[in-house]
Amino acid sequence: MPVRVQREDFEVGAEIAALRQGDGAVGAVASFIGTVRDVNDGSGVAAMTLEHYPGMTEKALESICGKAKSRFDIRDTLIIHRVGELRPTDQIVLVAVTSAHRGEAFAACEFIMDYLKTEAPFWKKEATPQGQRWVEARQIDDEAAARWRDPQAGH
Amino acid sequence: MQVTILYFAGLREALQTSGETLQLPGSVATAGALRDWLVARGAPYADALAPGKAVRMSVDQAMADAGTPLSEGAEVAFFPPVTGG
Repeated sequence: MPVRVQREDFEVGAEIAALRQGDGAVGAVASFIGTVRDVNDGSGVAAMTLEHYPGMTEKALESICGKAKSRFDIRDTLIIHRVGELRPTDQIVLVAVTSAHRGEAFAACEFIMDYLKTEAPFWKKEATPQGQRWVEARQIDDEAAARWRDPQAGH
Repeated sequence: MQVTILYFAGLREALQTSGETLQLPGSVATAGALRDWLVARGAPYADALAPGKAVRMSVDQAMADAGTPLSEGAEVAFFPPVTGG
């Protein structure tokens, strides 16, 4: 159930290979990669700085993975989230889930991302032609997390 | 009691500090009461933490709400709604 917060980039193939290495019960791997867009809310974005709360961020991510593991029939999870200065097209986050069959891996991967978006203490600041601005939280992210409150959602 | 308070992102900028250690009066025993107490101290807290502003709180690195109790030496944080991922 590895969780990593780091400045460095990551190599998706190597990370997934390590996650499922030696586990013959794995028949499915689902992954999500979030990347930096060059436009947001109608403005060009030249760079993005990601701030986090060291200590709490790792705890929050571990807690989210724990919830996923108790809710879905999955083998293992991985979250890597970058912090610091990023540029358009850079990778921001990787979530990967292994399971016996695809349904649980797909659902758990989405569950983890929806909770990460609303519970993990990260904040994005964008550099735009109008200056620096903090990204505003979106209602749609709260709604995406809220739909998992039904314990049967995703099954 | 004494608590350590941390501020992140836009709140850190508005308050021009990443944190402080404060001695609280006995009447301040919850995260919500701490927010109200800071607001009552005036600028810059009054605006940055004003009621109605979207501010999230944590106590000892777990998400908190207004009723979450504080204990001696607690680490309390105030920050905007999160925007990672």
